[in-house]
Amino acid sequence: MPLTLVLEQLLNGVQFGVMLFLMAAGLTLVFGIMNLVNLAHGSLYMMGAYLTVAAVQWSGNYLAGVALGLFATLLLGMLVEVVALRTLYDRDHLDQVLATFGLILFFNELVAILWGRTALDLARPDWLQGHIELFAGSRYPLYRAVVIGVGLAVAAALWYVVTRTRLGMLVRAGASNRSMIAALGVNIRLLYTFVFGIGAALAGLAGVMAGPIYAVQPGMGELILIQVFVVIVIGGIGSIRGAFAGALIVGVVDTLGRAFLKPLLGTVLSPAAADAAGPALASMLIYLLMAAVLALRPEGLFPSRGGQ
Amino acid sequence: MDTGSGTLIDSAQDSLEENFMMRKTFFAVAIAAAFAASPAMAQQKLKIGFITTLSGPAGIIGKHMKDSVEVALDQLNRKVGGLETEVIYGDDQFKPDVGLQVAEEMMKKNGVDIMSGIIWSNVMMAVQPAVNKAGVIMVGTNAGASPLAGAGCNELYFSTSWNNDQTPEAMGKFMQESGVTDVYLMAPNYQAGKDMVAGFKRYYKGRIVDEVFTRVGQPDYQAELSQLRAKNPKNVFVFYPGGMGVAFMKQWSEGGFRGQFPLYSVFTVDETTIPALKHAVLGQYETKFWSPDLKVPASQKFVADFQKKNGYLPAFYGAQSYDGIMLIDSAVRAVKGNVKDTKGMVLAMRKANYNSIRGKFTFNVNHHPIQNFYLLKAVAGAGGKDPVMEIQKTVFENHKDSYYKDCKMKW
Repeated sequence: MPLTLVLEQLLNGVQFGVMLFLMAAGLTLVFGIMNLVNLAHGSLYMMGAYLTVAAVQWSGNYLAGVALGLFATLLLGMLVEVVALRTLYDRDHLDQVLATFGLILFFNELVAILWGRTALDLARPDWLQGHIELFAGSRYPLYRAVVIGVGLAVAAALWYVVTRTRLGMLVRAGASNRSMIAALGVNIRLLYTFVFGIGAALAGLAGVMAGPIYAVQPGMGELILIQVFVVIVIGGIGSIRGAFAGALIVGVVDTLGRAFLKPLLGTVLSPAAADAAGPALASMLIYLLMAAVLALRPEGLFPSRGGQ
Repeated sequence: MDTGSGTLIDSAQDSLEENFMMRKTFFAVAIAAAFAASPAMAQQKLKIGFITTLSGPAGIIGKHMKDSVEVALDQLNRKVGGLETEVIYGDDQFKPDVGLQVAEEMMKKNGVDIMSGIIWSNVMMAVQPAVNKAGVIMVGTNAGASPLAGAGCNELYFSTSWNNDQTPEAMGKFMQESGVTDVYLMAPNYQAGKDMVAGFKRYYKGRIVDEVFTRVGQPDYQAELSQLRAKNPKNVFVFYPGGMGVAFMKQWSEGGFRGQFPLYSVFTVDETTIPALKHAVLGQYETKFWSPDLKVPASQKFVADFQKKNGYLPAFYGAQSYDGIMLIDSAVRAVKGNVKDTKGMVLAMRKANYNSIRGKFTFNVNHHPIQNFYLLKAVAGAGGKDPVMEIQKTVFENHKDSYYKDCKMKW
């Protein structure tokens, strides 16, 4: 197979990985720091997309709409934390799973009532249309290249905040030992609300970027949530670094598997067998990877230091 | 401990109340029975159980179906077959086990006389045996599972839609006759996806560049599209229903594939997905048995009433569901409201004696319609509105499905 095709597929994998990272970063922060299993993270992704569609329509300007939509998602995340999740920190994970599953149903019905069940169109502005030529003969959508850029920029910013700022220090301290930092006089409740809001905004950003290429529809969050959990398990729970590595690994492995597994199998198996096994194996690949990581390094590839 | 004993007491109370309620209902029924006039008198109320998907991404399809049933009821003055009618809607959540549970509840608790609806073949395969075993008629209004058209056909099962294979067969025939060659096939990796490809290949005999099956519910097709471009086929045929279709079509248009490769599809572009896709569908070819612009009086009346009531254009999912209610109406009229006469209703339904949205048609021996299939194209809507599907030509006239010979029913 030609090298350019492999390069293009690698790029596709990185782009998918970047989307997964935005989702995983918020989820892993919440899980690692607040010890909260938040199944409703996908709903915040969906709300990000819907609120942005509404804001773009209202303001008539794409960038203003995106900024407004993300800010609204941040506020919504904080509201959800204060109203619904605060009471759950001391409960066990099963209660959290049940309660946040309830939130999924709530948000899915809410968007169906407010915006209807038809998928919505979040159009890209003209300056994000078109393609770029990365190497001769390839036509890579400009929008996807921008998604990669934004995702990497967010990853860099997160890395800076977590490792180089006072806020990041508190976040890391909270992940290591929350009763200790509470004893040292840090307002852990406020910190939790803020962290949850940031996580929501990151999920919202993923939703906003997904809007023009996927369908903005009720239940869109659940389609991607499972892969995000795989990313977190592979990367190590509570670790941003792990989420980044895990997301890129899952994105690239899944994409390359979908693209090349069938032709590769075709070289050793009969065409009919490759036709049957290829797609089935490709969709299993990331789960096999997760199982392997769990068997060899149960803590994930980059476990957060300190632990629970 | 506290909560434990509390629950015990609660449940004990519940069951006491339940017991009391049951006795009350029993007496109510007994009294009603005592006061009932002659036992030969036909029943006064008709209950129809209608199962579809009302939640999740596929909920939009259920909405089209439910809104269409309501249009049918309005046109019949809320009296199907002249009887006071109650339609009980159930949500299968796109899951066979839930669909079966809902159907059981409708039959046992609500005591429905007839069942209808159901979008998904796998849900139908779970629900139909239970419904028919209970002696209740099932009028399927979308699912087109092949076993039910063939060896698994049933006296009590009717379809107002089609068999899964027929629509892609029409596309295969059209592409074969148009001299289209070097086709690249894409579909989700599940039974219907495989059926669509098989149906397509039954009539298309030209070269196939590759067949690609993707994960069900997959949101991103960029990897597959890169592969497609590398293979450089002359034409592309896809089957991506619902939300998958929205994502696929957006990425098709975003990647600059429109204009580069002619795209032919089935069950991908329709009135449920066009509002999300807008101009991305322009020029798209589909085959279908029906389109809102079909020049049939019953269909035009349905579309007009539907648009007036709901403010949007109905999709074929809705048209079939409207048709299901009208078929039931004709059968209930034929037995003069005595819906316990199941045999009489089956005989009446076989005549297809009603104004169908597809025009006059006959049922095949397997209770599936023998009907036309058309080539549709997405064209710009009038006055800058969303694109609309327009019938280009008739591909099949009175097309029979490929399974009816396996059906052993005689009538």
